Amino acid sequence: MELLANLGDGFAIALSWQNIGLALLGCFLGTIMGALPGLGPSNGVAILIPLAFTLGLGATPSLILLTSVYYGAMYGGRISSILLNIPGDEPAMMTCLDGHPMAKKGLAGEALSLSGIASFVGAFLATWGLILLAPQLVKIALLFGPAEYFALFALAFMTLGGVSSTNQAKSAFAAALGLGLATIGVDTQTGVPRFTFGEVHLYDGLDFLVAIVGLFALSEVFIFLETRHGGSDAAGRKLTIGKLYPPVSMIRQTTPTMLRTSFLGFIAGVLPGAGASLGSFISYSMEKKLVDKEGTFGTGDPRGVAAPEAGNNAAAGGALVPMLALGVPGSGTTAVLLAVLLALNITPGPLLFSQNPDVVWGLIAALFIANFMLLAMNIPMVGLFTRVLMIPSRILMPIVAMVSFVGIYGISGSTFDLLVMIGFGVMGWVLRKLDVPLVPIILGTLLGNSMENNLRRAVTIDNGNWWTLADSPLSITLWAIAIIGFVLPLIVGARVKAKMHQRRDEEGAISD
Amino acid sequence: MSDRIFGVFGIILAVGYVIAALAIEESFLSDAVGPKAFPLIIAAILALSGAVIALRPDPEPHWPALARLAEVAAAVVVLILYAEMLPVAGFVIATAFAAAYLAWRLGSGPLETVAVGAGTSIGIYVTFHLILGLSLAKGPLGF
Repeated sequence: MELLANLGDGFAIALSWQNIGLALLGCFLGTIMGALPGLGPSNGVAILIPLAFTLGLGATPSLILLTSVYYGAMYGGRISSILLNIPGDEPAMMTCLDGHPMAKKGLAGEALSLSGIASFVGAFLATWGLILLAPQLVKIALLFGPAEYFALFALAFMTLGGVSSTNQAKSAFAAALGLGLATIGVDTQTGVPRFTFGEVHLYDGLDFLVAIVGLFALSEVFIFLETRHGGSDAAGRKLTIGKLYPPVSMIRQTTPTMLRTSFLGFIAGVLPGAGASLGSFISYSMEKKLVDKEGTFGTGDPRGVAAPEAGNNAAAGGALVPMLALGVPGSGTTAVLLAVLLALNITPGPLLFSQNPDVVWGLIAALFIANFMLLAMNIPMVGLFTRVLMIPSRILMPIVAMVSFVGIYGISGSTFDLLVMIGFGVMGWVLRKLDVPLVPIILGTLLGNSMENNLRRAVTIDNGNWWTLADSPLSITLWAIAIIGFVLPLIVGARVKAKMHQRRDEEGAISD
Repeated sequence: MSDRIFGVFGIILAVGYVIAALAIEESFLSDAVGPKAFPLIIAAILALSGAVIALRPDPEPHWPALARLAEVAAAVVVLILYAEMLPVAGFVIATAFAAAYLAWRLGSGPLETVAVGAGTSIGIYVTFHLILGLSLAKGPLGF
């Protein structure tokens, strides 16, 4: 009952004209960003963060705008998967397998609307999952002391390494790099400057927003310049959609698939380190094993379209659970959303639910509203978004670059930050070439300070005894999960990950 | 080979990080851990993973030809110039040039280059400055 009351309060917040407008804008921009190959949820949200700040939006409106973009991108990714066989973003990769064959059979409209419905079901159920699960997780998190938090952060980094890259050493490298970057600046405990080399601009530390926009958005521009990929992927192809509404029998046939994969995707999203890509991947694989008796998967089976779409949208909702309840994001885009919260001086975690219930429940209510908006946008209006695919990247990429600059300059007004951003852009480009995942770097710069503070607090409380980090049952459990999460993929995961990152090009580094 | 170089670079980075960490001046009021311990742990992970990368390299990534590398380098130089010129030339002029350059290098024709440059710059100026009230760099001409 308390839950419904909270939800009611949330709707009261979300149903203001401003918030509805922001959700609509976010859904629209998100769908476009998801649809365009090259712009995905994480860099789409990254570009918009500085703008949300400079507009002077409060915490709830900013989050509504940006999570709508996130949900929207999950919907939008399928459009180019189905029509062009090019995933609009990484989670939509599995949708290519059956979506494009359906389009070839002349069922493009059915595939688009069916995947839209599947996306809706996945996201809708996952939002309920978020409501039910997050408060439970908060209850556990309230038992955490500094030592447990330190173990939890370690767990996040170690499991993230297991999923985000094919090479564990490179994920560990990326995490250490991010944590190292976070230590730049004045030490919060003793007030001594560290790694600043006398540069006054560095005393505050590196702004993680600058790092995020540089690593995610600017490095994308460099990739396009390098390959001189200036045209539009849709050029010279006819994008016929045909009949828009799927027959009832098709929906009935795919309903069990959608329900099963929503559940599975949600679980995949909640797990630390796993994001929407994993959600859609395991959803598709499981459905294939379970119902593909005639071997129709891969040849345009509607169930093969519904499975990954319900899976990735559910995973997107699931990934919000650890981000909101524990302050530890499970995927790239939720890491970016965490950056928003931190920059707004809101610390996610158990206290968020008691101190800022308006933010949490306003956000959840907005997610429901956004979901209905997205359903409306993505079925009747899908033709509008297919036209977006015609924009060649030689026009799009300069705009992306300039908007990134405007956003960062708008926050700080300093040329130094712009130069740091360019530096991060180049670093991101090199690391993507080397197949080093970028998400652990972002997570490191975001969580580095609180990870160190918790470590020092825990050890100081216990008079300098380092074993305090692993002497409660809770922290031992967390360490055990962390170690299993790191070691297990070394043994069994290589094959799965190799399949998941089949497109082993630069996209893999920002997989979500 | 790239991974071996990268791994060795990681180890050098870790060593440099350790040297910088040991040079941190400790304050007389310090906690039991101090400001050096956490950076040293990170340096250990950095060095260890660098060593693993160097010893067990992945297959060689696809590096672009020299001309394409020069392309990226040129873009970086242009963007640095853009950042430096922004307060001097003002937002609209600097952005028009930077956007036009990027459009040109991505393969736009002359007319499209000018259109993208002017369109991006004026579009952003109108949306973000005039409508949304974001303060952008002011040049000598006031925009």
